[in-house]
Amino acid sequence: MARIKRFFQDVYKNKTWLLMVLPGVVWFLLFSYLPMFGTVIAFKNFQFHPDGFFASVINSEWVGFENFEFLFSTDDAFIITRNTILYNLVFIILGLILAVATAIILNEITNKKMAKVYQTGMLFPHFLSWVIVSYFVFTFLSVDRGMLNNIFQWFGMEKVSWYSEPEYWPFILVFMSMWKGIGYGSIVYLAAIVGIDRNYYEAAMIDGASKWQQIRHITIPMITPLIVILTILNIGKIFNSDFGLFYQVPLDSGSLYPVTNVIDTYVYRGLMTMGEVSMSTAAGLYQSVVGFILVILTNYIVTRINKDYALF
Amino acid sequence: MLKPAVPSKKVPKAVKKKNYNPHQLGKKANAILNTMLAVFAFSCVFPFLYVIIISLTDESVLEKNGFSLLPETWSFEAYQFLWAIKSQLLQSYMITIAVTVLGTIISVFTIAFYAYAISRPQFKFRKQFTFFAFFTMLFNGGLVPFYIVATQVLHLRDTIWALILPMAVNAFYILIMRTFFQRSVPESILESARIDGASELRIYFQIVLPLSLPGLATIALFSTLGYWNDWFNALLFIDNPALVPLQSLLMKIENTLEFIRQNTLLTGSVKGIMQSVPKDAAKMAMVVIATLPIAVSYPFFQRYFIQGLTIGGVKE
Repeated sequence: MARIKRFFQDVYKNKTWLLMVLPGVVWFLLFSYLPMFGTVIAFKNFQFHPDGFFASVINSEWVGFENFEFLFSTDDAFIITRNTILYNLVFIILGLILAVATAIILNEITNKKMAKVYQTGMLFPHFLSWVIVSYFVFTFLSVDRGMLNNIFQWFGMEKVSWYSEPEYWPFILVFMSMWKGIGYGSIVYLAAIVGIDRNYYEAAMIDGASKWQQIRHITIPMITPLIVILTILNIGKIFNSDFGLFYQVPLDSGSLYPVTNVIDTYVYRGLMTMGEVSMSTAAGLYQSVVGFILVILTNYIVTRINKDYALF
Repeated sequence: MLKPAVPSKKVPKAVKKKNYNPHQLGKKANAILNTMLAVFAFSCVFPFLYVIIISLTDESVLEKNGFSLLPETWSFEAYQFLWAIKSQLLQSYMITIAVTVLGTIISVFTIAFYAYAISRPQFKFRKQFTFFAFFTMLFNGGLVPFYIVATQVLHLRDTIWALILPMAVNAFYILIMRTFFQRSVPESILESARIDGASELRIYFQIVLPLSLPGLATIALFSTLGYWNDWFNALLFIDNPALVPLQSLLMKIENTLEFIRQNTLLTGSVKGIMQSVPKDAAKMAMVVIATLPIAVSYPFFQRYFIQGLTIGGVKE
């Protein structure tokens, strides 16, 4: 009894603070926690009920793991998992190399005014939506009018119908992801490099270290902790992908699905075009649970390496 | 995700003081690296220029030569066409602006309130509420339950709120702001105000917010960009043409152009232009019109964006 009374006293004493968090709490309850509760749909055969969401969930019949069994009995589960992981692996590795290299070069080139100009140019794509970017891509890949096919024709080569031939798309998607992301990715590394104590370089120069040696033995070791942390965090997100890249850029072209379908697009199509509510929920839950485990696991590893860099 | 390993005041910028450096890059290496960066930077801007050129190309030339860099005949027809059908375009523009402005205001207020409360040691439940927000970064219910809640519980389908509310709060921004408040609004500043008997709310509005303008501006900038570029929520929730934002209109452009063509043919309201609809040129003109606000304001906000990226960390 006394504890309950204490609790209410605390609530009263903290009422201003509680009022401040209230709008956010309501939002989290509605847009984050209620959907978490909604994942029980994955274990049910979802039927819409006229009395709304709760009635639908409660009245739908339990089917246990049937939705998951069905999901994993198809080829789709393998394909979307493979695509998601492989693309993300390439994005992580290539993105890391290019972002770090760009940051180092930006820091090293002698004309700092030009460095600023380059950075401005490279960051521009980050502010465009994938819808806009998909039009950009279309100007190059359009079958009858695109720049690439124009060039091919000029050299007397055959036209390629880009949007129906899957073999090119792994490269196109990787290229576009890098094109849009490198400018942004290099900012954090550049910040770290600019923050390195100049004394290290002075000392190295006195010892006669070349530029390349300075980069190898000062710059890179100094930003290694940051590289490790960001990379591990990215691995934690390896099950999630950028929906716009895989949906907008290939113009949702059906013949490209084998190489462009990832978990996110699969769930979206399952919901919006197939209407398979329970199955899509199951696929989404599979993504969330594995993602959750990966974040916890990678964070544990980060904690072991260096506590300061752990997320929690 | 986290604070880079630099002191918070260091701002990543390529411009540094020129100091004599005996180990500057060699001339050759410098030239090569400059060229590499220049080529990449140009490739990042080039597609936008290309789209502008295409939008200014005569449709018959597009028919004949495809998208070329130096069209034989320039033409403003695409823009004239868009002007003739401007009602939908203006409507979408208004929706995007309304959503961006309203959304940014709601978002900044909610996030700043929440972040400030959990940044104060006086708040007894700050740990619980920090975790309450943080947990949503680790786990989510996925798209389908979110969609069902939004449509069946909140009845957001075909309302402007469907474009605003789903993006209003973001745990990541809350944690960034919390760290920002902890750093830039230390308790010592607030103590004297408390002794003078000012209420916490008054302290918040009169002392904390003015001190936190850089942080708030950062969140506002991220939020504005997010709303302006959003098409996903429209894809999920919006069918009513009166509520379609700009980005989403671009996605539906084929249908829209076809619809407008038939409609205007029937009513005959746009004479002359209707004989030939500049299809691809009109599409690209739309892309230009949708991108122009970003491209024009970009040089001004870019600096703040870069500063904002390093303004606070997630961790205490």
